[in-house]
Amino acid sequence: MSDTAPNLLTVNALTKAYPGVVANSEVSFTIAEGEVHALLGENGAGKSTLVKMIYGLVRPDSGSMTLRGQPYEPSEPRAARASGVAMVFQHFSLFDALNVAENIALGMENPPPQRQLAGRIREVSETYGLPLDPESMVGNLSAGERQRVEIIRCLLQDPKLLIMDEPTSVLTPQEVDILFETLKKLSAEGTAILYISHKLEEIRTLCDSATILRLGKVVNTCNPREQTARDMAEMMVGETLHVPTREARDLGEVIVKVSNLSVSSENAFGTSLKDINFEVRAGEVLGIGGVAGNGQDELLSALSGETRAKAGAVHVKGKPVGDLGPNERRSLAILAAPEERLGHAAAPDMSLIENALLTGAIRENLTHRGFLKWDAVKAFADRVIESFDVRTPGARNAARSLSGGNLQKFVVGREVLQRPDVLVVNQPTWGVDASAAAAIRQSLLDLTSKGAAVIVISQDLDELMEISDRFAALNEGRLSDPRPAQGLTVDEIGLMMGGAHGMEVAHVDA
Amino acid sequence: MLTLEKRAQPSRAWSLMTPILAVVLTMIAGGIMFALLGKAPLEAIRTIFWDPIFGEFSFYYRPQILIKAGPLILIAIGLSLGFRAGIWNIGAEGQYIMGAIFGAGVGLAFYPADLWFIFPLMVLAGALGGILWAMIPALLKTKFGTNEILVSLMLVYVAEHILSAVSFGALRNPDGHGFPGSRNFQQYEAASNPEIIAGSGMHWGVITAFIAVIGAYILLNRHILGYQIRLTGQAPRAARFAGVRPNLLITFCLGASGALAGLAGLFEVAGPAGQISIDFNSGYGFTAIIVAFLGRLHPFGILLAGLLMALTYVGGDIAQSNLGLPAAAIQAFQGMLLFFLLGMDMLTNFRVRLKQAEAV
Repeated sequence: MSDTAPNLLTVNALTKAYPGVVANSEVSFTIAEGEVHALLGENGAGKSTLVKMIYGLVRPDSGSMTLRGQPYEPSEPRAARASGVAMVFQHFSLFDALNVAENIALGMENPPPQRQLAGRIREVSETYGLPLDPESMVGNLSAGERQRVEIIRCLLQDPKLLIMDEPTSVLTPQEVDILFETLKKLSAEGTAILYISHKLEEIRTLCDSATILRLGKVVNTCNPREQTARDMAEMMVGETLHVPTREARDLGEVIVKVSNLSVSSENAFGTSLKDINFEVRAGEVLGIGGVAGNGQDELLSALSGETRAKAGAVHVKGKPVGDLGPNERRSLAILAAPEERLGHAAAPDMSLIENALLTGAIRENLTHRGFLKWDAVKAFADRVIESFDVRTPGARNAARSLSGGNLQKFVVGREVLQRPDVLVVNQPTWGVDASAAAAIRQSLLDLTSKGAAVIVISQDLDELMEISDRFAALNEGRLSDPRPAQGLTVDEIGLMMGGAHGMEVAHVDA
Repeated sequence: MLTLEKRAQPSRAWSLMTPILAVVLTMIAGGIMFALLGKAPLEAIRTIFWDPIFGEFSFYYRPQILIKAGPLILIAIGLSLGFRAGIWNIGAEGQYIMGAIFGAGVGLAFYPADLWFIFPLMVLAGALGGILWAMIPALLKTKFGTNEILVSLMLVYVAEHILSAVSFGALRNPDGHGFPGSRNFQQYEAASNPEIIAGSGMHWGVITAFIAVIGAYILLNRHILGYQIRLTGQAPRAARFAGVRPNLLITFCLGASGALAGLAGLFEVAGPAGQISIDFNSGYGFTAIIVAFLGRLHPFGILLAGLLMALTYVGGDIAQSNLGLPAAAIQAFQGMLLFFLLGMDMLTNFRVRLKQAEAV
């Protein structure tokens, strides 16, 4: 965008405090008409609170906003929409059992008759290169197509400012390209876009300018095209980033061998695993990518022993373990750290001591004839807290009192310290700040140098590329053939993840 | 405007304070109710809470409190294990009845032999009867996924019918001139559960209840099985991840609560009740549910709650006879106690804050 474009939205010294935390402190920035503006920051930096204030979901404690020169104080999202501000949320609010047009009508103040609405949906979707059939059932759409429904719902309001919250977290690289074409066309037509993300490369391709938040304050603004991703990451974190290093090592024997693993999901909305095959050698990291909901949870459960398969489906060091339970596998040094921290990896209301016992009982020898050795449990918990820099007043605090990142360090640390031969981790650094994420990744790499086989399931491709020796992707419960991570292109990764999931490519004549 | 804010972790101070606060609030609300009924509120409350322990006839009432508290505590301890794990055995009354029938049946089978092992054998049979009755909901739940709340509750009514059938039939006293009901165990020494110290109310059931309190405390706080019970109740998915086998846990919890309820039934029938009769069970199995929650599912809490509940029963009886308070008023009073206790519970997990309303 040219620098002469008039200002659309000016945010002036917005402040919002919640009990115990200042989410936003005197945040100011401006967005010009047609500008694609990135809001960049780590989890907890205050991005969400800021956009909620702009969208009228949260009222600021102090500060002001102007929209096209007029004072702008949306008291609720409806008022924001009436002023031309629309938002696409990270989590979709769509009904599976209704078709596209019906879903869109549900979100409108005065929906036109279905036939007319369907016509407008077609019109908008063709203009912006978002092919979508208004008659198709939302339940049958891929994540990318659902997102289109949300975007079209916003575009029907003819917004001046479109807010997008982490829109690419559910998309494959190919789907991201399609989305970006649309956003660029919108911007060319004068619609400003406020783009929230922590994926730096995306921001560099798409955005005209970026406001960087840290701990609720604006710490920097920059033109992302002139910065390296690393520079921006360091602005986000406020310190020099330590990039995990790996020692050159020889891969050892095959430790984990999964052959023809099929598990049907117990949950009606879950994904069944279909005929999964892979091997992991000692000292190797196998990265498993894929869009959320393609069998990641199910794969972790099958490897941890929570769901059991045929004995021969999983071999560890030549021993069939597919039908063993979690504790039997733990005694064979097969450990796991699930994605969901509260309620799965840890019990929210129990103390960190009790949570250390949750998986540590067997390998850390924390019981004697079934009786608990609380002193030993406490010592183990303290060891996890200290080695992984878990910030908490003490091990007696409940798991739910910890921040997400600190609990994640605890959960991963608890397994790493138990000297696994095989470690399976789902989303090891989800919601963790960049420096802690680097520490967690480093600890996983350190494990491999001791000869462990590590399987990392993640939706963060950058993370997988950083630490994996080989990469495979889950798509609708199937696993692609693992390939060496080095030299893998984004296009190839995208195809392994299922390509564009049958979505038509945008036809944009920008 | 008052708003509730979830605490980062449950407040220890409040979890100790709330029972006391609840009792005080019950006294106030109960006092108002008694006043509306035209009774002197202070006197009524004194009659219920003070007289049974310190009044003129306390030598008679104190043992009564123990006799009533014993089975309540014993059953509530068993129930609390399941409740902690999210397994809702509502049918302790049925297991209590079946334990009594099994135990009494064994004792009566030996009549009139005088052998030392008869009573111990009855105790075992009582526990077994409770376990067997509890295994019905356990099996149905683990095999077919039925709801244990419904099954265990319905089995109470089946047990009551079995009780009346044996009172009229198999266990009826042959020398009883055709009246329903079994022989009286108080007149059959080898099979009776007498007061251990005369005039104390202390019988084997009360001793067992105390042992159960200590046992449950050790189980829950010092043993991996107790940890698994708590974990399953708080975070079922984490429990599976920790290697807990849900079916085994369901079977254990229902079995343990059945066994303790069965024991309570046997001790009651061989002791204070004296005989199997159509209505020897006085609803202990249901009241124990209240006791379990009143004691916040904590073994020592249950001990105190059982004693408190027994006190309101005994005191309530006195108030009925001396002050002419209607039985329904006493029940309403006991209901208030539970209501305030559970209501106050909120304070342990939430903080009440005065906050300005956000303009809409």
